[in-house]
Amino acid sequence: MFRKLHDPGPQAVTIFIDGRPVLAELGESVAAVLLRQQEGWSRTTPVSQSPRAPYCMMGVCFECLVEIDGQGSVQSCLTPVAGGMRIVRQQGRRSLSA
Amino acid sequence: MSEHTDLLIVGAGPAGMAAAVTARRHGLSVRVVDDQPAPGGQIWRGIEAVAATPRARRLGDSYLSGAERAAAFRACRALYEPESQLWQIEPGFRAFVTRGGKARTVTAQAIILATGAQERPMPFPGWTLPGVLTVGAAQILLKTANSVPEKSVWIAGCGPLPLLYMTQLLAAGGRIAGFLDTTPRGRVGAALRHLPQGLGRLGDLIKGLSWSLALRRTGVPVIRHVTELRAEGEGRLQRLRYRTESGQEAEVPAEVLLVHEGVVPNIHAPLALGCAVSWHAGQHCYVPVLDAWGESSQANIFVAGDGAGIGGAEAAEPRGRLAALRVAAKLGRLGEAAAETTAAPERSALSSALALRPFLDALYAPRPQLYAPPDETLVCRCEEVTAGELRARAVEGRPGPNQLKAFTRAGMGPCQGRQCGYSMAHIVAAAQGRSVEEVGFYRIRPPLKPVTLGELASLDEQEPAA
Repeated sequence: MFRKLHDPGPQAVTIFIDGRPVLAELGESVAAVLLRQQEGWSRTTPVSQSPRAPYCMMGVCFECLVEIDGQGSVQSCLTPVAGGMRIVRQQGRRSLSA
Repeated sequence: MSEHTDLLIVGAGPAGMAAAVTARRHGLSVRVVDDQPAPGGQIWRGIEAVAATPRARRLGDSYLSGAERAAAFRACRALYEPESQLWQIEPGFRAFVTRGGKARTVTAQAIILATGAQERPMPFPGWTLPGVLTVGAAQILLKTANSVPEKSVWIAGCGPLPLLYMTQLLAAGGRIAGFLDTTPRGRVGAALRHLPQGLGRLGDLIKGLSWSLALRRTGVPVIRHVTELRAEGEGRLQRLRYRTESGQEAEVPAEVLLVHEGVVPNIHAPLALGCAVSWHAGQHCYVPVLDAWGESSQANIFVAGDGAGIGGAEAAEPRGRLAALRVAAKLGRLGEAAAETTAAPERSALSSALALRPFLDALYAPRPQLYAPPDETLVCRCEEVTAGELRARAVEGRPGPNQLKAFTRAGMGPCQGRQCGYSMAHIVAAAQGRSVEEVGFYRIRPPLKPVTLGELASLDEQEPAA
């Protein structure tokens, strides 16, 4: 959906989305990286399992919830990327263990 | 263990930073909590990191002006806690803050809520599809990630922000498929009567006009008086349909649609604290009831910045400083007379910054169709409740928003009604033939942000024995 206008150079880090390595830049949010992926969606809803993606990018819509490093329902628009971070797209209702 | 400061400021945007600098100057100890990773709020989002990059210039001078504000804020040595979510404030004051998965409490004698604004939710069929974002979201992506829509983007709505974003996007090499302008016919005439008082802000008017002219020169198609929007696609946005006031209809392919219909104050925190709010007819939203210093109906709780009513960054800063001056006076660090003297230039800066506002409010007031979406529209994005369901329930025994919330779960999801509150109020009002003001708003209760049991358990303290 979105593309980055520059090469991150030395600011580049690798994060993992559903196990796949993805290029990210220090200083940007996890949601910004999710919006550059082919899949387009970043979670499915607990009610109807319909796909959703980041919408407001400022912490008020909660559409960008994903699992980050084992913690469920994290607002990815408020979370800066860090090298080696593991992101899992949440499907449906989150389990109590995540 | 509690940690105490004289003043707790919530939010590190223009108002919060200005308040912190002023309060520190008068010797107050200050803590600033903010949910973003760096100071600047939304207008100066990421300014410290971006100011030194080549893209900073493209984003414009008013964005760049945030760099010195952030530097002054850092230099004032307030205790600054980024990536921190405030979710409850108890009288006294004791505030509950979560940072990095751990919750703790901090105490303060006074609080300044500088929590800013959010974009006015605009429900229409398909607005939950991946590919539909707000213009503000796209601007944040441009500022913080230097990212633009991959293909030609559609933009729908009204207000200064879409014009500014389109200018910035074109400068960055992005492409625009078209602008669906939702400003109703006849708005310019209605707004003009507010212009004389705004003439002092000629610079802002010229800036706005220059954006419009630059847009026209680039040949971006502009479709005026759009009344209806519909986003469609299998699992993501693929097509966009629109209809204008004159009945012109079209269907166009689209991958990204950006929407914006103005901004409204974030009032969840003041509401949860029991601060009185009133309906602002000009801005079509609730605003906290405040005195000339920004103090709310709850003693020692202040609201500054766009959370006090939409005024932009230039109004936010004097509001932040006024609140801080009053706190300093109330805590005995500044004489009442000295506070008044120092406040005078701030008050005139504030009134000058607000001079053009009535003109903009009238020009870009929400169109009547905004809150009357078709029945199939999801009004509550979190719990997936449609406009039709709310309408059907609203006529059975004249329930208010809180009863409807209990019946339908609308407003009960993680966003806690931030995306459906005003739509709910308007739909109930229309169904019951009442005014929005009379219908009221959701009752907002803590926690202000979702908190996990693990975070609660991490609170390292015990209740005092009864």
